[in-house]
Formats: sequence, structure tokens, C-alpha cells
Amino acid sequence: MIHKPHVDWFALAPSLSLLGAAGLLLMVAVLVPRGARKPVGASLAFAGFVASGIWAAFLDDRSPHAAALVHDAMWRDRWGALAQVILAGSGAVAVLVSYRERMRDEHVAEYYALLSAAGAGMAFFVQASNLMTLFLGLEWFSISLYVLTAIDIDLIGSLEAGLKYLVVGAVGSATLLFGSGLVYGITGQLSFDRIATAGHAHDAMLVVGLAMVIAGLAFKSSAAPFHMWTPDAYQGAPTPVTAFMASGTKIAALVVTYRVLATAFPHDEHLWRWAVAAIACLSLAWGNIGALVQRNVKRILAYSSVSHAGFMLIAVAAANQLGARALLYYLIPYSAMSLGAFAVVAARERELQAPVTLRNLAGFGWERPFLGVSMWVFMLGMLGFPLTGGFIGKFYVFAAAYRHGWWWLIVVGVVATMISAYYYLGIVRAMYFRDTAELQLAPAGGSPPYDPLLTAGVAVALAVTVGSFFAVQPLIDVARSAANALPL
Amino acid sequence: MHWLTTILIVLPAAGALIVAVAPFSSYWLGSFAALASLIEVAVWITAVSRFHFGSAALQLDQHASWFSDLGVSWHVGQYRFSVWFVGMTVVAMAACTIYGWWVGRTRGRAYFALMLLLTGAIVGVFTAQDLLLFYAFFEAMLIPLYVLIGVWGGSERLRATITFVVYTVVGSLLMLAAIVVFGLQQGTFDMTRMSPSTSTWLFLGFVAAFAIKSPLFPLHGWLPITYRESPAEVSAVLSGIVGKAGLYGLLRIAIPFFPQPVHDLRVLMLALGSVSLVYGSLLAFRAPDFRGVVMYSSLAQAGLIVLGLFANNSLGTDGAVLQIVNHALVSTALFLLAGMIERRTGTRGEFALLGGMARGRPALATLVMTVGIVSLAVPLSTTFAGEFLILAGVFQQGWGWAVVGAVAIVLAAMYMLRAISGVLHQDVGPAVSDSALDLRLGELAIVVPLVLCLLGLSAWPNLVAGRATSSAPVGWTKYAP
Repeated sequence: MIHKPHVDWFALAPSLSLLGAAGLLLMVAVLVPRGARKPVGASLAFAGFVASGIWAAFLDDRSPHAAALVHDAMWRDRWGALAQVILAGSGAVAVLVSYRERMRDEHVAEYYALLSAAGAGMAFFVQASNLMTLFLGLEWFSISLYVLTAIDIDLIGSLEAGLKYLVVGAVGSATLLFGSGLVYGITGQLSFDRIATAGHAHDAMLVVGLAMVIAGLAFKSSAAPFHMWTPDAYQGAPTPVTAFMASGTKIAALVVTYRVLATAFPHDEHLWRWAVAAIACLSLAWGNIGALVQRNVKRILAYSSVSHAGFMLIAVAAANQLGARALLYYLIPYSAMSLGAFAVVAARERELQAPVTLRNLAGFGWERPFLGVSMWVFMLGMLGFPLTGGFIGKFYVFAAAYRHGWWWLIVVGVVATMISAYYYLGIVRAMYFRDTAELQLAPAGGSPPYDPLLTAGVAVALAVTVGSFFAVQPLIDVARSAANALPL
Repeated sequence: MHWLTTILIVLPAAGALIVAVAPFSSYWLGSFAALASLIEVAVWITAVSRFHFGSAALQLDQHASWFSDLGVSWHVGQYRFSVWFVGMTVVAMAACTIYGWWVGRTRGRAYFALMLLLTGAIVGVFTAQDLLLFYAFFEAMLIPLYVLIGVWGGSERLRATITFVVYTVVGSLLMLAAIVVFGLQQGTFDMTRMSPSTSTWLFLGFVAAFAIKSPLFPLHGWLPITYRESPAEVSAVLSGIVGKAGLYGLLRIAIPFFPQPVHDLRVLMLALGSVSLVYGSLLAFRAPDFRGVVMYSSLAQAGLIVLGLFANNSLGTDGAVLQIVNHALVSTALFLLAGMIERRTGTRGEFALLGGMARGRPALATLVMTVGIVSLAVPLSTTFAGEFLILAGVFQQGWGWAVVGAVAIVLAAMYMLRAISGVLHQDVGPAVSDSALDLRLGELAIVVPLVLCLLGLSAWPNLVAGRATSSAPVGWTKYAP
């Protein structure tokens, strides 16, 4: 008789509901007639994400005290639950954006199955509480995303992007795995809190292991210098997949980075603080300067996501309650803005049947007023302008850095923001200040495709972006109680 | 607790939302926006009628927590000087919005929504009593301005928007860094509860933003291209109102909260003011176009006002407050007149193409003459009162500063009379044909109220300047308790 650990199914529900959806979707791929696969598949995936979000919200409500799950493999707490809520929201919007994406009918159910599976992996990942589940979760969602990136074989560059992502991602995973191995080797412990209490904090091998864990996670949050895959993968992947990667992967990776560092390595705080701060500064510099010279809008947004990883890592580097709060708050408007921005790019792409560049955005703002204004708001939000949550997010991040006494990180962030003004406003300029006559490429013709689901997704993103500016107090309260689950 | 200030901010913003979605034609949206801007003026008049000018305290204020862990709140209200800044904003914005309607700007929905949004943001800047809220409004001003210049501007508008944005974003982000540090040091962002700081770095962070916005020498590099490429009414807003937000920031934040750095760097600030004043006047004197004269004169005026602000006494501060209001009205009127002249002649206001417009155009001639004369501080005008107070105030800092100021007033007479004669007198210019009509009734309805405000202030400058000679030892304590 094998001893079975007690399983708290409720705490696993956010992940399991998506996994269930993924399983059903695979059956849809074979059992449902071809014509009905798309609506059935999309509804199932949407339902999966919504269910996951609802379970996660319940979990957040019912888990005031952190507790171990499944023999210390997972952690049931508000930190993970809140991240799951944001993830589920991003996934649901990504499903809406995906619906009208040009895709081969035979793959459509698999597409949604992979999307759900990736979501399930992320939901699992953010609850991880030992090195084994950490790696398992990371691979789970990464492999789904590798396939998603390359799924549209008709799309030029998609396969190449998938391969690049796979190769670089595998290096990242290997780094994380090696680091975990070193940490396990020196401490003899897998679970985060026992690593912290094992008492080898100043051992050189543990420090090397810690560095490799940070690097492995930084690959996923696409922080410089581990971001090399980001522009190519973001550009080559089908745009809805890019949207989901940009928000989901970043949420999961950053939330887990903070969790691992705070719970497993509190005694090395003085070391990883500096390491994370250095990565943050590099990401800010590289992301913003890289974006300046791009012409393809998806690449601009990819570099911008590198720079946002930098901003959020400032909050991690601050390593205080305010920083934890800042990170969770920042993720909410950030995920909405990047989903929304990529959704708008997807809309333009479907209209033109061509990659979206700054040049062929000309006149978009006047032709599609709602999408144009939304894109405008997303860009201002990423720039950190008021009337969007991006402004409050940056403010909190800077406040966290200052609370730790690192005012120089504020200076770095401010200079990075100055640089970013050029390309964010450059997109606004491209949409509004040029006439459609300057378009170098004839639009596909006819009236723009009617896509209510995408518009609804953009509307949700817009509402979150602007709403998080006004409803700071409730969001910060939620973030605060989530941050209390972590020891720092 | 009072709703009036909040209404002054929210009303135009709500109007902007309605304009953005209402299913009407540009013409009707324009009428709606014009009406909204006039209602805004009426609300302001209501606010003034409820205002107790005997009290130096914050009035008509409203306070609600925004997020408490960092001590940030929605705190808006007006002091007895900022109520006039709000007044000049709503009046000038109404004039500019109506002007945009009158000339029939294309893409009316976006245009009028942005103009109304801009009104709300500027009123917010002058009334916010929370530092972060102030910053939010300060940045929010930039959003509509960016698009207003970029879409409705002249042929070089793309370059103009980039220059404008680069300068202002650099300044305001330095201010953001200063605000984060200053607020967290104090534990609150509420300006009414903050105490002074001695940090020179923080002071410089604020001053950078305000000096760029005002603008002050040597940070005025964005001025020429931005003012020339903007539509006339947007230039009017930029020079008349938005620049004043920078000066207001000096008056409300930089000076009261940093007494020690103000004392240490006073000479530097006075020197920057003096250079702006003289250099701006000289540039205005050799500007080849009407707008050039007006825009460089606004650089000079900003310098003069800074002299008053950093004179460090009641006289200078009173004079600066009065002069801010004066110049807002003068500059708005002059830019709108410049726009009207450019529209009639199909030029960009070059003196080489203009001249002789007084003949047969009595209304235009009278108005240009009146505003021009007021702007060069002729005795009995309100600008004379303002400049006199500033000179008297700065005299106490050292007679040399007052001499600079007095010289610049002579320069002002030179450039303004040159501009007036270049447009109205001399030989009829090649671009001035008989089809360039006199001002129409609609245009008169826009400019005449501004002129009447100026004449009213000329009769009673004490309305704004307050009890100028009641010698408070330090000027700003009276303004920012």
C-alpha cells in the first residue's frame, strides 16, 4: 500500500480546470465536425479560463493563511492565487483575440488545447514551492508555448520563431535545472522554505546555484541579457499567441522569481538584490534602446516588454513589502496593456494581411476610432502617463526602490522612461499624424473586418488599464494581502 | 468639503467624453464644446462669488483618499491667487475652443474632445493640492497638446511634436523622481501637510520641469518650432496658459517647500530670469513674423515673472501673480489675432508680406493696437501695475535686477510697436488684398471679451494683486500657508 499524501483539490482547481479544458479540447479535435470546431473550441477554452479565474478568486478569498499542498510540493496562498486570477484574465482575453485569427481548420482545436494547457502550466507554476514543481511548471507551459509559436506554418517566420524560442528556452530551462541541482546538492533540500533554513547561505556552490536559478527565470521573464529570443519569437508567433506570451509568461515568471528569492534565499538577500537590480538596469537600457530603431510594431512591443521586465524587477530588487505590492499591482495594468496592444496589432494585421509596421499604421487611428484610441491609451500607459494604471505602477515601483534607499534605481527608471517616450509616442504619431494616403501598401479592400470578440477583448483591456488608475486602493489592498503571504 | 473645484475639473472632462461618442456632426459637436466651455466659465464665476478673499486659507476644497498606504489623495481646492489662475484658464480656453469652432477645424470630434480634456487638465494643475495629483494633471496636459499640434499643426508638425515632447517629458520625469523622493520623505503627498525640505537636488528636480514649461532661458529650445507649427489657438493655450503652469509650480511648490535652496540659488534664478527677459525681448525685436514676436515676448514675460517670484518679498510675488494673469490674457488675445491675420492673408504672419492692414479694417486695427499697447505695459494698464510691482519687489533684492527689468520694458515697447506697425501700418503688404476682410462678428465675440477682461483689470488690478503693500515679511507665506 503506497502512502498517498492528502490532496487539497480546491487549491489545485485553477490549474485543473484549465487542464480539463485542454483534455476536452483534444477530444473536440477529433470528435466535433470540422465546421463547428472553432466555436466549440474557443468557447471551451474561454470557459476554462473563466472557471480558472473564478476558482482562483475563491482561493484568494479562502486562503488568508498560507498552507502547504501535496506534501510540500505546492503552496496554497494569496500570492499564487492573485497571480492565477491575473493569468486567467489574460488567457480569457487571449481567447477572444484568437477567434478570428486566420488558422487552418484542422488545427484550431489543438490551438485552444495548447493555449489552455499553457494557462494550466502557468497556474501550476505560480503555486510551486519546491525545485521539482518549479521546473515541472516551467517546462509545462514553455513546451505548450513553443508549439503555439510555431503552430501557424503558413505564417512566414512562425516556424523559425518557434525554433529560436525552443532553442533559447531550452538553454534557459537547462540553466534553471542545473542551478536547482546545485542548490539541492548543497542543501539536500527541495522545498523552498527548507532550503532557506538549511543554513548553507554563504556556500559558494549555493550562490552559483542561486545565480543560475535567477538566470533561468530571467529567460522566461525576458529580462536582458536573457531576452534574445523575445523579439524574434514575438514577431514570428501568431499575434494572439504573442499577446498571451507577453502577459502570461511575464506574470508567471516574475511572480515566481519573487517567490523563490524571498522564500528560498532570504539569507542571500544582499546578493540577489544586487543581481536583480543589475538585470533590471540592463533590461531597461537594452529594451528601450533596442526599441528605438525598430520599425515593426510587434518588435517594438517586444523590446518594450523587455523594458517592462526591467521596471518590475526594480520592485523585486527592492525586496520589501512595498516592492511585492508594487510588482503585483504593476502586473495588472501591464498585462492588460500588452494584451490590448497586441490585439490592436492583430486587428490591423488581419485588415492588411501583412505585418504591421510604423509605416502601415498610417491613418489607422482615424479609420478605426475605438481601436485607435485604445492603442493610444495602451501606449500612454506603457509610457507611464496618468489616467492609466501604468502611471501608478511606475510610481509604486519607484517608491519601493526609494523605500529601500536605492534612489539611483529611480534615476535609471526615469531615464529609461524618457527614452521610451520616443517610440511609444512614435506609434501614436504613426496612427494619427500621418494620412492614409501615406500608406505604402494598399489595404485588403472593403470595410474593415467585423470582429466583435476582438473588440470586446480590447474593451476589457482598456477598462482594466484605465480602471486600475482610479481603483488603486482596492487593488493595492488585494496586493497587500497577497504580499503578506511571503516572508519578506 | 466643497464640490465646486471638483466640478471645474470634471465638467470639461465629461464634456470631452460626450463629444467623443455623441453621434453628431463636427459643427454640432463644436457648438456643444463651445457651450461646455462657457458653462465652465459660469461655474467659475459661481466659485468666485462664493470665495472669501479675506482669507488666505485653501477654499472650495475637497479631499478624498486615493490610496492610503503612500498617503496620496484627491485633494483639490483654490487659494485666493489660484482662483484667478483658474479664471484665466477657463476664459482663455473658452476663447480658444470657440475660435476652433469658428474656423471649423477638421476632424471636429477629436479636436473638441481634446480641447475640453485640456481644459480639465489645466484647471486640475492649478487646483491640485496633492503632489502626485498635481503631477498627474501636469502630465495629462501633454497628451491633448501632443495630438493637437501633431494633427492640426503646420507642415513641420512632426518635428515640432518631437521637440516639444522631448523637452517636456525630460523635465516632468525629473520632477516625478523628485516627487517620489519628497513625498516618501514626508510620509504624505498632501501639499497642505508637507513641511519644507533643504534638499537642493529635489529643488532642482522641480525647477527643471517648471523652467522648461514656463519656459526659461536656456531651456526654451522647444519654443520656436512648437509655437510656429501649432494651430494659432493651440499656441495661444501653450503660451497663455500652459506656460503659466510652470510659473505656478514655482510659486506653489518650488518656492514654499524649499526655502533654503531658494535662498542659496536665488541669484542663479534671478539671473536666468533676467537673461530670459533681455534675450527674449531681443529675439522678439528681430523676429520676422507676428507669431515670433508674441512667442519670444512670452519668453521675456516668463523671465520677468520669475524675477518677481524670486524677489523673495510680498511686492514681487503680488506682481508676479498679477502679471501671470495679465500675460495669460494678453498672449491668448495676441495669438488668436495672429491666427486671424494669418487666415486672412494666407501667410504665416511674415512682416515682409504684411502691412497696411489698418486701412479699412477698423476693428482689427483697434484690437491689435489695444492688446499691443496693454502688452507693452503702458501706464494705467494692468500690465503696468504688474511690472511695477515686480520691479519694486526685485529692487529690494538689488537695484541691478530692477535696472534689467526696466531696460526690458523699453525693449518691450520697441518690439511691440515694431510688430504693430509691421502689421497695421506702413505700405500695404503684397499678401494683403481687399479680400482680407475686417474681423467678423464671431471673431469679435472671441477677442473682445478678453480685451474687456484686460481693461477691467487695468481699472482694478488690486482685484488680483490683493493688498499688495501689506508687508508680509516673506511673500509666499501669504500664498501658501
